[in-house]
Amino acid sequence: MAAAEKQPVTGAGPFNGLLTWIDQRFPLVQLWREHLAEYYAPKNFNFWYYFGSLALLVLVLQIVTGIFLTMHYKPDATQAFASVEYIMRDVPGGWLIRYLHSTGASAFFIVVYLHMFRGMLYGSYRQPRELIWIFGMLIYLSLMAEAFFGYLLPWGQMSYWGAQVIVNLFDAIPLIGPDLALWIRGDYVVSDATLNRFFSFHVIAIPLLLLGLVAAHIMALHEVGSNNPDGVEIKKTIDPRTGHPVDGIPFHPYYTVKDTLGAVVFLIVFCAIMFFLPEFGGYFLEYNNFIPADPLKTPPHIAPVWYFTPYYSILRAATENFMWVLAAGLIGYSILLVAAVKSNGARIAIVATGVVLLIGFFTIEPKVWGVALMGAAVLAFFGLPWLDQSPVKSIRYKGPLVKGALALFVVAFVILGYLGTVTVTEGRTLMAQVCTLIYFAFFLLMPWYTRMDRTRPEPARVTWQGAH
Amino acid sequence: MTRAGKLLAALLAAPALALAAEEVKLDRAPISEGDLISLQRGAQVFVNYCLNCHSAGYMRYNRLEELGLTAQQIRDNLIFTGAKVGDLMKTATDPKDAKEWFGAPPPDLTVIARARASTAGSGADWLYAYLRGFYRDPVRPTGWNNTVFQDVAMPHVLWQLQGEQVLKTEERALPGGKKEKAQKLALEKPGTMTPLEYDRLVADLVNYLVYMGEPAKSSRIEIGIYVLMFLGVMWVLAYALKKEYWKDVH
Amino acid sequence: MADKELDAGKRRFLIAATSVAGGIATVATAVPLVASMLPSERAKAAGAPVEADIGKLAPGEMTRVEWRGKPVWVVRRTPEMLESVKQSSGRVADPRSERKKELTPEYARNELRSIKPEYLIVVGICTHLGCSPVDKFKAQAEPFESDWKGGFYCPCHGSLFDLAGRVYKNKPAPDNLEVPPHTYLSDTRIRIGEDSKGA
Repeated sequence: MAAAEKQPVTGAGPFNGLLTWIDQRFPLVQLWREHLAEYYAPKNFNFWYYFGSLALLVLVLQIVTGIFLTMHYKPDATQAFASVEYIMRDVPGGWLIRYLHSTGASAFFIVVYLHMFRGMLYGSYRQPRELIWIFGMLIYLSLMAEAFFGYLLPWGQMSYWGAQVIVNLFDAIPLIGPDLALWIRGDYVVSDATLNRFFSFHVIAIPLLLLGLVAAHIMALHEVGSNNPDGVEIKKTIDPRTGHPVDGIPFHPYYTVKDTLGAVVFLIVFCAIMFFLPEFGGYFLEYNNFIPADPLKTPPHIAPVWYFTPYYSILRAATENFMWVLAAGLIGYSILLVAAVKSNGARIAIVATGVVLLIGFFTIEPKVWGVALMGAAVLAFFGLPWLDQSPVKSIRYKGPLVKGALALFVVAFVILGYLGTVTVTEGRTLMAQVCTLIYFAFFLLMPWYTRMDRTRPEPARVTWQGAH
Repeated sequence: MTRAGKLLAALLAAPALALAAEEVKLDRAPISEGDLISLQRGAQVFVNYCLNCHSAGYMRYNRLEELGLTAQQIRDNLIFTGAKVGDLMKTATDPKDAKEWFGAPPPDLTVIARARASTAGSGADWLYAYLRGFYRDPVRPTGWNNTVFQDVAMPHVLWQLQGEQVLKTEERALPGGKKEKAQKLALEKPGTMTPLEYDRLVADLVNYLVYMGEPAKSSRIEIGIYVLMFLGVMWVLAYALKKEYWKDVH
Repeated sequence: MADKELDAGKRRFLIAATSVAGGIATVATAVPLVASMLPSERAKAAGAPVEADIGKLAPGEMTRVEWRGKPVWVVRRTPEMLESVKQSSGRVADPRSERKKELTPEYARNELRSIKPEYLIVVGICTHLGCSPVDKFKAQAEPFESDWKGGFYCPCHGSLFDLAGRVYKNKPAPDNLEVPPHTYLSDTRIRIGEDSKGA
């Protein structure tokens, strides 16, 4: 009976009747209002706010092109490499679909990294948006898994040896490691069995997970509302006449048209790369991956694809000597923590944890700690909502300490990324170790430097100088 | 500059310094990808000299129609294995025999030009240097060695054309009175071709190998131009649309 | 007010123009995706003409040749069989194969549907729903037809064809069996998939 009380749909011309019929049986108008026409977003979104909708665009692109690639690809160690070349040559339009997918993979990470950086700039992870950030980080983790599984499929030398190295990381886990690695591979080396299960994860398991997480990410966002470059809550200033935020504008049409423009600009860059530089100098499609997988011969220089290289560098930074530096850092940090906490119980826990880790540093081989550091480097992002103790959200009102720390972090991240693409030398390892320290200091010291920082007061309302 | 600023600058400069120690660059291969005559000649050299041992197992003979050949011309001039014109370019040699003869099965060459690219140069540059870099080396079982592929298993297949080179060590005077040792290839016994003719032949072959690595390349670039022009128009529309609506936002 | 109306018109135009451009972009993107489901170069190469030696075929015998994954029948007809074709002309739906020209190349568009009367060459796929009929060459009473002159019977839906591949009247199949493009390389060698020149 409730359905009958709904107002008929208007404003859709000849489709009014059909839409009314649907709306009486499905919350069409409600969804439209809540997520588009009456979702009030701050009007001061800047350049950094394009990357959320762009990530969605790339996700759709990857899923659609993936569906068509799956029609021609063969997840079989004897046929996989040939089937990719078959797609590139014999399937009508196949080369275009494959390049869309391979370029799309890198584009996905570029867009997601920029989207994450936006969150770090403007404190988008802060209360009440912690869960949006957590969902986002889970999306990032799934995306890494998706990319990793997908990268094995072309069955080239890089695919093969990359998978071999990454699966062997699990081998480093004490006690269960070797069995776990064996279970992941389903064989004693990366083989046909591995390829087949990676294919399954890549085309169905992880994409399903990704879609669910993306839905949760957007639902959580629309529950609390978007942050903005000023980091002030627009819901605090409501227009008494309309009941809507004064600084909010309906997502549709204002942000749909703006994001359309953003999408076109993105597509221009994307297509320029895809049509004219699909290999992108060996970064998007690695040269060695044009050689079929050969389990008997490792290529002289293997490197993961660029989006994994910062973590790969951290992994390689863990040498025996570096453990001393880590130990010194651990002792210093424990003292800092002991001084900071109030309860004696917490102090004892900190010291105990510190001692256990310290013993571990010198009894368990550095390889294990490299893997642990790499994992911690990814997981550290989850902590941001609680590590950041600044009284303000946005970088605009934060002081030189936080600005400097963020700049240093970005530089360290980029250098780590670069170092991960090249072979190791003594100098490069040292550089990677310095950057690893900066990377972790950025997160671990955040509660202190964000509090010590000289911030400026946040304005009551967003800064806005009219439409640009 | 603040201390933090200096540190930042130092960090930024470091990768550039690290990069400076990279390997020497290869000479650029003198190929022109749109040159059909060169590509046809390259295809001819490829089927005559390479396809005996190496396959091009992802490439179909009839794709060569793109190079301006008819199916009949391909059948008459380029197929020696009894293959049909729509077949893949498989070799007549059994890979097992080949492994026995050379120690390693000769790799498939379909995408060799893409696989051989590196920071030192494109795949074409490497192939051009490789095919001109064979020299006599009595230590090797085949009697041949190569300047860019140390201890290569493949003998110099084109030696009758190029002749026989040897690697000579020369002393070169550097400015400032110092001397540097440099290795240089010298033609000891001339082949049936002059060095200039031979370089042209190799360039044509390399051109063909590059084409075969990605036959869709020319259509890729052509379509790309149209797509970008279209997106340019779409940008104008999207920009005007955004500007029009955002007039409302005060 | 006038400004507002002007704005509304401009907005409508820009929305329409951008939507059209977006539509074109979507369709253009769909083209390679849809095209990728068409037969690939591999499938086309597998569909290349095939050659068959028919010299060893005894009168009254049939052989099957695979062409594009389909069975092509080659029947060497005896004089009695040829006679039966003539007799059945009154009972078939399209005796001169004039209904769908693409099913019968011009050089086979005759009563016997062949270049050489002796040899019948047809694609053995029923024009109804794609089953492959079975050969019932003997002229005798059959459960499906008491006055059977010999020909082909489709087990799926009971369509009947005479010994020239012509469909009987009042049967589910709408058309005669397809005669593939073919040519005689010699008296005993045929190539299926390539039209006869000058025939």
